[in-house]
Amino acid sequence: MSADPVARRGAVDLLLPAARERVVTEDSVAAPRSGRSAATRVLLFLLALGALAGSVATAVTIGTADVGWTGLARALGTRLGLGVEPLPPLVDSLIWDLRLPRVLMAALVGASLAVCGTVLQAVTRNALADPYLLGVSSGASTGAVAVVVLGVGASALGVTGGALAGALLSFGLLMLLLRRTGLDSSRIVLTGVVVGQLFTALTSLVLMASADADTTRAVTHWLLGSMAPARWNTVVVCAVVTPLGLLAAWLCSNALDGLAFGTDTAASLGIGVRRTRMLLLVVTAALTAVAVATVGAIGFVGLIVPHGVRFLAGPLHRVLLPYAALAGAVFLVWTDALARIAFAPREVPVGVITALLGVPLFLLVLRKRGEL
Amino acid sequence: MRIAAEELSWSVAGTPVVREVSADIAPGETVGLLGPNGSGKSSLLRCLAGLRAPGAGTVRYDGEDVRDWSARRIARHVAFAGQDPGADSDLRVADVVGLGRTPFRDRWRGPDATDRAVVGAALERLGLTALAGRSWKALSGGERQRAHIARALAQQPYALLLDEPTNHLDVKHQLELMRLLTRTDQTVLVALHDLSLAARYCDRLLLLHHGRLIASGTPAAVLTAERLAEVFEVDAELTTDALGHPAVTYRGPLGAPAPMSHPSP
Repeated sequence: MSADPVARRGAVDLLLPAARERVVTEDSVAAPRSGRSAATRVLLFLLALGALAGSVATAVTIGTADVGWTGLARALGTRLGLGVEPLPPLVDSLIWDLRLPRVLMAALVGASLAVCGTVLQAVTRNALADPYLLGVSSGASTGAVAVVVLGVGASALGVTGGALAGALLSFGLLMLLLRRTGLDSSRIVLTGVVVGQLFTALTSLVLMASADADTTRAVTHWLLGSMAPARWNTVVVCAVVTPLGLLAAWLCSNALDGLAFGTDTAASLGIGVRRTRMLLLVVTAALTAVAVATVGAIGFVGLIVPHGVRFLAGPLHRVLLPYAALAGAVFLVWTDALARIAFAPREVPVGVITALLGVPLFLLVLRKRGEL
Repeated sequence: MRIAAEELSWSVAGTPVVREVSADIAPGETVGLLGPNGSGKSSLLRCLAGLRAPGAGTVRYDGEDVRDWSARRIARHVAFAGQDPGADSDLRVADVVGLGRTPFRDRWRGPDATDRAVVGAALERLGLTALAGRSWKALSGGERQRAHIARALAQQPYALLLDEPTNHLDVKHQLELMRLLTRTDQTVLVALHDLSLAARYCDRLLLLHHGRLIASGTPAAVLTAERLAEVFEVDAELTTDALGHPAVTYRGPLGAPAPMSHPSP
């Protein structure tokens, strides 16, 4: 209220509400810009997309049976109705019915897990958050084990259906426990851990009480995470759910940036904090449930990929989320390829490989960022 | 923008924190909110900023009930900067200040030229231009506090509500910030612990005690020796400093042992 308004500032004070109506040209103020131009960023993203396509194509040719690039081209050509010479039925079936869905599934699941990890790390403000933090994977395990061991609805549901039912059940319990709370970061983490522990205990109980050695072995394989059960029908489900979930998460990018500074700051920026957190919990739970139901709880992807990509692409979610999705996809496609051939003809659960590769990568990233 | 509280009450876990506070802050006024620890300053600020729904009473912006305003509309009119700037974030300072542009953007859209220009001006105003590219983690407490105020300014608000914005700042930045707040046309409500700073820079003071508004008026009218004794439990008087500004001089806390130099008989 003191001082003369004309004397104290120039023509336009950008920080006053009156300046909103003015058109501000870029050169009127020396403004900080984020490092790269729009064209460079689009080009970089297309390159990363190309790297994913290349990885998928290459990974299809890798495995115990060598099919090669021409094999892949001929299988695709036949399906597209091009005039190529068809492959022998057995090889064609190997490529089309087994390897292609498996590699595509790896890409979809990798993208899902990486994005879920990134989102949950922001929502809970916890660097150790990963997609399994909400206990959804434990619920999925209980569902799968119940189907396999107890034979509950085995014919109709199968392992995937049981896992999905278990995941939804555990998420329902989580939401029930979180109802009427502000969905604060620490409460989400604690409740998620409690729900996870409960379902882990239930899984162990069912296994110990009822399973024989062979069943336990089969279930363990699934629990560690393996791409082997991927078929076209599960890929199609993932191919519908995953892009929708990734899009929903990406549309919350600005809110995710704001949430890092706590509830009050985020709310004062006009972000509907509780609604956004709720939406993101539902989205991450759905993505995780669909992924875990088919291929089990593959560890570490959702933890290390977000940290690695944040190191390269920066912390702004608008940029971070798409790259996390691509990096997660590429990472899981290659680790799954490795899982197929490393101890061929025996196959290692991909969850074992992701952890073996993930631990040193994680340490490297932490050291580079000066946190270790 | 005019901000009014009508019989405002707010409680947490059954404990009343703000009790029947009525206040009216005129457009362009710089008002200081004073009171000891736990007197309800932060809670009242949050209610007035639309961050807490009051248990009873009404908050009005230019006469309109805030309950009818969306969070986004509030954010386009009122900016709030809280006390705790702590966040384990990798964001660059310019991006943190850029968060202030969130209410003006579609939820997925990146910053445009206007956003960048406003952020540049806000950084400059708080003397943070040289730190624009610095990571949030690498900032000191005072730098973080200034960045949060710059973020609030980047909202181009009609009203600024600040919760102890000077508590991490060095003397120079305290004086600069207070001068900035008095010289702007925006309505400013600022919670302060430093009574002298409040007395010197604010047009008007509000004094809270146990959640009640017990005094409102010019610094000289609000800050009397009797009130300081009653509310803050200190032995103090309102004096004039060497430059002629109102200042509070403390003799000591009330109820404490007498100084050594004056042994009791």
